[in-house]
Amino acid sequence: MSEIFVLTKRWPKKDPSLAGYRADGGYRSLEKALSMKPEEIVEQVKISNLRGRGGAGFPTGVKWTFLPKDVRPRYLCVNADESEPGTCKDRYVIEFDPHSLVEGIAITCYALDIHLAYIYIRGEFAKQARVLDQALAEARAAGLIGPKIAGRDFALEVHVARGAGAYICGEESALMESLEGKKGYPRFKPPFPAIVGLWGKPTIINNVETLANLPWIVEHGGAAFAALGAPKSGGTRLFCVSGNVKRPGIYEKPVHYNLKKLIVEDCGGPPSGLPVKAVIPGGSSSPVLRGDEIDVSMEFDALKAAGTMAGSGGVIVMDESVCMVRALSRIAMFYAEESCGQCTPCRQGTPWMEQILERLEHGEGTRADVELLEQLPGNIMGQTICALGDAAAMPVQSFVKKFKKEFLDHVEHRGCPLGDKAWGVYRETREALIGGIRQ
Amino acid sequence: MSHHDHAVAERAPQDVAELPKDRVSRFDAELPAIVGRYPPDHQEAAMLPALRLAQEIFDWLSPAVQKLVADRLGAPVLRAEEVATFYVMYHTHPVGRHVVEVCTNVSCALTGGFDIFEHLKARLGVENGGTTRDGRITLRQVECLGSCATAPAMLVDEEMHERLTPEAVDRILGGLK
Repeated sequence: MSEIFVLTKRWPKKDPSLAGYRADGGYRSLEKALSMKPEEIVEQVKISNLRGRGGAGFPTGVKWTFLPKDVRPRYLCVNADESEPGTCKDRYVIEFDPHSLVEGIAITCYALDIHLAYIYIRGEFAKQARVLDQALAEARAAGLIGPKIAGRDFALEVHVARGAGAYICGEESALMESLEGKKGYPRFKPPFPAIVGLWGKPTIINNVETLANLPWIVEHGGAAFAALGAPKSGGTRLFCVSGNVKRPGIYEKPVHYNLKKLIVEDCGGPPSGLPVKAVIPGGSSSPVLRGDEIDVSMEFDALKAAGTMAGSGGVIVMDESVCMVRALSRIAMFYAEESCGQCTPCRQGTPWMEQILERLEHGEGTRADVELLEQLPGNIMGQTICALGDAAAMPVQSFVKKFKKEFLDHVEHRGCPLGDKAWGVYRETREALIGGIRQ
Repeated sequence: MSHHDHAVAERAPQDVAELPKDRVSRFDAELPAIVGRYPPDHQEAAMLPALRLAQEIFDWLSPAVQKLVADRLGAPVLRAEEVATFYVMYHTHPVGRHVVEVCTNVSCALTGGFDIFEHLKARLGVENGGTTRDGRITLRQVECLGSCATAPAMLVDEEMHERLTPEAVDRILGGLK
């Protein structure tokens, strides 16, 4: 079977304009959607088995049905906060094909009777925010969004809202707090956003990549999308491969593509020629896999069965030259920096884990420290309002479990056995392959 | 905070009346377009973009600037202060004319991100968070910038530079006045 590209088919053309998008048949799916009943679109999305691409992998169509029937207004928040280390896909959807997102938003809003949508984009993506503003201006001028979308009696306004530097705002309730003009403190759930969301109203929050699939689903039907993937998990997804590989980049593959095949065949394996030591399969929160555990499907349920998560599709590859203590200490530093400070176990536990790991890496650690690292994450997991606590705990738990000898070696050697170059061997310039485009 | 920064902070404007009138006028002229993106009964929601606009105009968010933004949005000053201090992209202390922010998270570290950071510290003669003596550049180590496949990466005044080498960094620094 030849490869089917849902999300990246237009990327190599590098023409993000409305004219270019329309020349390739763009916005025909919106026309088709507007001729359908809203509930028919929701049904097709359910049939498609589309699951959220932001990290949780929740079925999109099911999430949509959580909206209470008689409460208005409803809002759509598009999550473009893309901050999970190892994840760099939504930015390219926006850079190379912003109208696929805008069309997906318009279809979604029509299907759910939503008339106001915000694209919450991380503050660091200044260029991507400009691209979106430009695309929205084009769509507005062409009457594709505005008081009467595509000439129909349906009003839709879409705005870009930029964040200002906070990982936590990718968490959906913190995102809404931020959008309301506050610091990003996650809210208690339940109530879930579909019931009580932005400004207390029913709100659907979907990831950029999730919504960019909508035009294809409407054009080809939910069943065709479902057929691209595995049972209960349809379509393709964007895998971001980084770290020690010859060809890092963004690869659109069926959701159940094999992780080892992606790393070894598509990305060429480590440039050093050394074996793969460890792989983080779905962004830095996902439990690490040893090199001998990567012959697995990357589908959500398959990776769950393998003891980890498909998460956001951020695959980070480390070869034998990389020190696991050093890598984990950097990951721990990230969560300590990004903990919002609302819950004590996370606020206090994340810097504690970071300090223990720094001690170990610099030869000041003890066996008791390693034992502490085995126990401590369990006292954070499930004890916090949002999933950041779990996200910080899971890497620590998995790294120590799978590479325990390396942690104990740091105690015995009173330092890193791999020496000062603990980040391993790397080559300074490598070609990235972004959706078929050489960078 | 260094001694020098502290001296500057003590001279920081505390009240809106101390701010340059022309800049306040510019802020007031540009604010309505931002507030207009939110429903009329939710103007406070414009806090993040309003602080960003204020930072562009006043260079950093002094107590007086925070008061200005809160006042114009009808929000408590505390709201402006907690937002300004929560998000890392807001500067609540003076910074250099340019801000250079280097990612050292895992994907960047695996491709030389820490070496880039060390190179920048040596070139500029500053530590993390420091500003060059001439006030030209502030250097910061930051978290994942979403440039993992094209690592290592840094932001210069919010514009992304990717696949960095020490030579590329030197060229970029040379272009900053």
